[in-house]
Amino acid sequence: MTDSRTRATTWHDIVLATLKENDVRLVVYVPDRVFTPLIKALHADLFFTTFAATREEEALGIVSGAWMGGMRGAVLMQTSGFGTIPNALASLVVPCQIPALIFVSERGTLGEFNLGQALVCKTMRPVLNSLAVENITITRQDELAFSIDRSIKQAVATQAPVTFILSPLLTGGKVFEA
Amino acid sequence: MTAKPAGALGAHNAKVMNRFELTKRLVAHLKRDEAVVGGIGNANFDLWASGQRAQNFYMLGSMGLAIPIALGVAIAQPQRHVIALEGDGSLLMQLGCLATVAERSPKNLTIVVWDNGIYQITGSQPTASSAAADLVAISRGAGIANSSWAADEADFERLAASALKGEGPSLIAARIDNKPAVATTDRDPVQIRERFMRGLGVKTRSNS
Repeated sequence: MTDSRTRATTWHDIVLATLKENDVRLVVYVPDRVFTPLIKALHADLFFTTFAATREEEALGIVSGAWMGGMRGAVLMQTSGFGTIPNALASLVVPCQIPALIFVSERGTLGEFNLGQALVCKTMRPVLNSLAVENITITRQDELAFSIDRSIKQAVATQAPVTFILSPLLTGGKVFEA
Repeated sequence: MTAKPAGALGAHNAKVMNRFELTKRLVAHLKRDEAVVGGIGNANFDLWASGQRAQNFYMLGSMGLAIPIALGVAIAQPQRHVIALEGDGSLLMQLGCLATVAERSPKNLTIVVWDNGIYQITGSQPTASSAAADLVAISRGAGIANSSWAADEADFERLAASALKGEGPSLIAARIDNKPAVATTDRDPVQIRERFMRGLGVKTRSNS
């Protein structure tokens, strides 16, 4: 464990530090309330090129191109946005063997109030499993750095994408009043 | 079927040209190992037929993502010019990417749109650009100020040469006929990706 990760005290500090340590310089996102502190910190850190895409599949296309150009990239999205990317996964990222790093802010579970999010959430893991895309649900902060660090290294070494599903148990999720 | 009196396309004077002919003219201008990302379908096929440069990437699916992929390459390699070749149907599927390109404003990215007003490869159904949508106006509206219709072959070459100077993102649209592509690509995605990465001087698992 290096200094920056030891010092990191929040889940978003840990994600940022682990991306940096693995030379992931490009982050393309479609916004999410829960990811907001991470996105803000990425924008503030000039190590990263961080910007919004208009759709999640567009973001995957951008990081795929960047990988082929020699730059590692990650995509951030929320659960509902995952519903837009199966074609980009199945016809670009997976067959071309591109180690795209996909971070999903998990909605649709543990207190969801929006049925639309809840149903997309049900499709997410079956889609990833049917494409044999590595997917890891992270619920604990003490496992976060290890999980992301090792999985980025595996993605690059095996030329395969990986999806990190960040549970409300880790991030706090999106809270509403019942 | 080359005349298109209706809609925005009918309103400008661009000549109807041939995609393969223009692709060859474009490739002839590439002297500095520029990267070219070919969109799915005939854009791709005619790029393949124009000569299989190691700096060409041929999409096999993911319709609409040629421009995002090219933007990613342009961000990763700011010293190399990158060109996306996209059809009207594909661009219409992912119009938001024009706004993203304008926001990023990479100096080294050029978008070429082949507009024949049809989804040619799926049975020639009409696209929205055959009726009212003007793809150059959309591009300008998205923020890519340097967006133009090519009036004829010579104008296309002039616009391409100007775009390759790398002074900002640009879009060149060409009205094209409905002749099919002259060849089809190989369809081995890993081989295509590996070759492209080697062509861009990027180490991969199999060449490092």
